[in-house]
Amino acid sequence: MKSIIATSSLFLLCLTLVGCTSSPSTQSGSSELSGQLTLTGSSTVAPLATEIAKRFEQQHPKVRIDVQTGGSGKGIADVRLGVADIGMASRPLAADEADLTAHRIAADGVGLIVHDSNPIKELSQEQIIAIYTDKINNWKEVGGEDKEITVVHKAEGRATLEVFLKHFGIENPSVKGDVIVGENEHAVKTVAGTEGAIGYVSIGTAEADIESGVRIRLLPLDAVKANTENVASGAFPMSRPLNLVTANSPSPLASTFIQFCQSADVHDLVKSQYFVPITSESAVAK
Amino acid sequence: MRSDQSLTIITRALAVISAAIVLLIVLFLLRESTPALRQLGWSRFFTDASWHPLSGQFNLTPMIVATLVTSSGAIVIAAPLGIGSAVFVNFYAPRRLAAWHRRLIELLAGIPSVVFGLWGLVVLAPIIATFGGSGQNLLTATIVLGLMVLPTVALLSDTAIAALPREWIQGAAALGMGRSAIVGWIVLPGARRGIGGGIILALTRALGETMAVLMLAGNIVEMPSSLLSPGRTLNANIALELGYASAGHRSVLFVSGLMLMLVVSVIVLFVSRREGTRRDG
Repeated sequence: MKSIIATSSLFLLCLTLVGCTSSPSTQSGSSELSGQLTLTGSSTVAPLATEIAKRFEQQHPKVRIDVQTGGSGKGIADVRLGVADIGMASRPLAADEADLTAHRIAADGVGLIVHDSNPIKELSQEQIIAIYTDKINNWKEVGGEDKEITVVHKAEGRATLEVFLKHFGIENPSVKGDVIVGENEHAVKTVAGTEGAIGYVSIGTAEADIESGVRIRLLPLDAVKANTENVASGAFPMSRPLNLVTANSPSPLASTFIQFCQSADVHDLVKSQYFVPITSESAVAK
Repeated sequence: MRSDQSLTIITRALAVISAAIVLLIVLFLLRESTPALRQLGWSRFFTDASWHPLSGQFNLTPMIVATLVTSSGAIVIAAPLGIGSAVFVNFYAPRRLAAWHRRLIELLAGIPSVVFGLWGLVVLAPIIATFGGSGQNLLTATIVLGLMVLPTVALLSDTAIAALPREWIQGAAALGMGRSAIVGWIVLPGARRGIGGGIILALTRALGETMAVLMLAGNIVEMPSSLLSPGRTLNANIALELGYASAGHRSVLFVSGLMLMLVVSVIVLFVSRREGTRRDG
């Protein structure tokens, strides 16, 4: 397995290098930026990247930025293949992705949600693990009503799933779900439609849905309320970085765009997408 | 003569292109899944304990079963409704109503699958949930899938019935057969091949449908014990995981695509063989 991954990533790396030389995205010599950028990847980062790209295009009318989704994995694969200039990933880079560079642009928290008719106030770490590993099957065992628990889980490889598993220290094969969903919205709709359900989604998405009247409720974690303020302050324990990913030597246009994404000029956009802007230099370095 | 020759060339070229596209897709699937097949072999996709590709477990059998259950279930729902509606518009409906009915069925064919999925998720699933669970299970997926392929059965049966020679029906009526007897003994046997073709087309469409099934089937990879248990189809598996998959995981997902192609080709081969023997006999 290892050797195949190694050879295939070497092969992909070669392709990336070829891609770099054959797609000039800036015209050197002119002082004004021009060219085209392609971003692919995480469906969590994409709406934010689209908004930032619009503003960037207004400031630099000769630049065209194309944002496509397909998941963090696709974003990383596309950057390696040279199909995309910048990948979007809603997780830190893994050990076998050291050939790429991550640029953090915001943070997002992952929170547990239940149906809003569920009287449960809070679940402890052990209770959540027991629910997800099928040891507890009824809400009355954790102090709720006599109702079966419907465990909503995510498909293998999803970034929210990885954040969730890592935070609770569970291996995916030991999780026994009742429904497996893909997108955050799918999870929200499933929980809103099932009174005994529990699931986990991006806090930004959940807050937006709650505001528009969807019948779900975010549960606090370790006595910390699940909201964007607590993700921003770093108090909320289950969170993830939103990254832009590039090859180690991005084009000048790509670098300028990434700097713009990390600047204070776009903090209002980050907040409007219910994410948390990066604040300090140390966060940039991560 | 010359125009005949150029037409021969053109039709040949077009036929080669459409056949080549199928072969190219199969070749692509084979190429992408080779790394996984070479490393794991075929048997592990049937004998592993579960499907956890990131932990080295690759059992596809529950997904093959779920795929077959949902699509054959969809046909069980769609075939009687579709054939019934075709008979209705041809023999029982007043002309104006028949035209409207056809238009409505055509409209049903035009609804995008994601809309079907959303409707199922928000309307149908909570109703099915009264039987217990989340309401996202094989039954919900099968019902919605049945509605999605209904127009294919209905419209093709309609065409097949309408294409029957008028003399057959007039002759039967002249012999004093009632309308129901004409439908049962003349029309349905006569239009058998057309109706069968519609059902096969509907079945392959049901096998290939991804989005609505993904939204409704619950997607748990487990051997289903009843229609009310959740399940994941092969296509939903690809759609759920591909966007997030890297290297080895990706290749395994292509194996599940290859498996779907195999299932479809076995069904198509089986059906065309039966058709062939029937034609000879």
